[in-house]
Amino acid sequence: MAFLELHGLVKRYGDFTAVADCELSVSQGEFVCLLGPSGCGKTTTLQMVAGFTPPSAGRILLDGKDITDVKPNQRGLGIVFQSYALFPHMTVADNVAFGLEMRGVAAAERSKRVADTLELVHLTPLAGRYPRELSGGQRQRVAMARALVIQPPVLLLDEPMGALDAKLREEMQIELRALQHRVGITTIMVTHDQAEAMTLADRVVLMNKGRIEQIGRPFEMYEQPNGRFSSTFLGKANLFEGRHEGGAVLVGSAQLPCPAGAPLGLVDYIVRPEKVNFASTDALLRGRVAARVFLGNYWLFQVDTPLGTLQVTQANVGMPAVAEGDEVGLAWAGEHARAVARGA
Amino acid sequence: MQEPRNLLPYWLSTPAALAMLAFVALPLVLTLSLSLYPFVPSTGVGEGLTAANYADIAKDEYFHTIFARTFGMALLVTALCVLIGVPEAYVLSRLSSRWRAVSMVVVLGPLLISVVVRTLGWAVLLGNEGVINKSLMALGLITEPIKMMFTFTGVVVALVHVLVPFMVLAVWASLQKVDPATEDAAESLGAGLPTVLTRIVFPQVIPGVLSGGLIVFALAASAFATPAIIGGRRLKVVPTTIYDEFLGNLNWPLGAALAVVLVIVVLAVSLGMNRFVERRWKQVFQ
Repeated sequence: MAFLELHGLVKRYGDFTAVADCELSVSQGEFVCLLGPSGCGKTTTLQMVAGFTPPSAGRILLDGKDITDVKPNQRGLGIVFQSYALFPHMTVADNVAFGLEMRGVAAAERSKRVADTLELVHLTPLAGRYPRELSGGQRQRVAMARALVIQPPVLLLDEPMGALDAKLREEMQIELRALQHRVGITTIMVTHDQAEAMTLADRVVLMNKGRIEQIGRPFEMYEQPNGRFSSTFLGKANLFEGRHEGGAVLVGSAQLPCPAGAPLGLVDYIVRPEKVNFASTDALLRGRVAARVFLGNYWLFQVDTPLGTLQVTQANVGMPAVAEGDEVGLAWAGEHARAVARGA
Repeated sequence: MQEPRNLLPYWLSTPAALAMLAFVALPLVLTLSLSLYPFVPSTGVGEGLTAANYADIAKDEYFHTIFARTFGMALLVTALCVLIGVPEAYVLSRLSSRWRAVSMVVVLGPLLISVVVRTLGWAVLLGNEGVINKSLMALGLITEPIKMMFTFTGVVVALVHVLVPFMVLAVWASLQKVDPATEDAAESLGAGLPTVLTRIVFPQVIPGVLSGGLIVFALAASAFATPAIIGGRRLKVVPTTIYDEFLGNLNWPLGAALAVVLVIVVLAVSLGMNRFVERRWKQVFQ
């Protein structure tokens, strides 16, 4: 049952189309990530849902009611801004209480709900502090508390981790996921970070140039990218242009295996680096290791082959047998590759 | 081992420091010392040190009225500049860049015109035979001209006109530092525009209001040309009184003493205001 629906949402600025025909429905309690490179229209889409940007066309339905023309201060959605936009002249508790005050909640009830929400985000000891006395992670939690305290039907997050350093970001992602599960609130998050989208989202909406490229669960989308953009934006991919002639894909002079049901004709052939193995016999391709890079939990190899440079990754389970300059064979199983019709 | 001190910054600031000393500090010291000489009607400045000039100012009702008028006027002008300048700066910050450039010129306009020309312009508007009275009478709204020249109101209007730009510029600078998303955030939490402006935007521009207020207050309290032309001899303020003591009564020591008291009161009020505001809203002053 769709809780939040976007129907044919369009935003044009003069000749430029920021968002084209956005069609999306979100179920209650679902966590959806709008993912894409900068300028892909994901933030504009969020701004339209929030009500700050009027759409050029299309409707937004919340729980069956059309809210397209409802002012932002009447929509009652919880929003966490990229800069957090905390009120610098108010304490943490006053920041969180602001939304309740605007709703005319009585003082006693208000302070109880503020205390409960601060408890929820583990900020109780900091209630009397001012935003500038907090760390980045704490500010983000204040912003979450301020948005959640009004018990909004939908929570909108605009790059909420953008201002945090990498280590803290990972911690906050896990915390945010746990919080979202506990509260059970329908959430839409905008991010350009594919790892973040995969960590958090029930479903990822991949956008590019104002259009939705693909919608799917993170694992599905990673395993079955529907095109060139999806495969390269979400994770790493080796991508070749080839021709599927039934049985195998012909790329240059190489015959590469492909999964059953792949479309015939011109295709983009995609294989993820971690699916490629070094093989001494039955190699699909032969090449020379141009670079070997240690990345902590895995090794990355750049292998020069007649088809171009391939990326290969291997889990770090000790020093690899393959070194720079080695001649190697590469192999992978057909079901681990993907072939999609060109131009998709 | 000690790092050799880099003296270049000190050398570079020496010319400016000397200029300040010669053109600001020295005249102030001279004025202060002049105020401590007795006044001798036959020769002007007499011999020996005395506090008689200050005693005169402290005792004489005449001076009390003038000081009260001056600072009442300066406070009123400051308050009006806040009321007009803050919304004006906010509107300016919301305009597209082209309109903003045009509006900036309009806002700064009063500062581009000589004080005498501008003030005489107000005299033309405000006089009994002036443009405003003539038009109101022609429209039949009034039968007798409304007295605006040589009134407190007239002086306040003319001062606000020229001092508002200082407030606008100071608040404008403060507004640049306000995260516009805080307004969106307040709106998303259910606040209407009046609430956003009073509870979210205004508190964040307090530093600008304070610095603008200090400039406006000091300039209004020490303004000379506008009160002299619009207020005239009947509506004396401290600066015009100082002028009269020096050049009319030739009582230089008393004039100097008035100047010293004016400087001290302006400083005291400004520092007090600064202190109070910075304490009251200390969170918005980083």
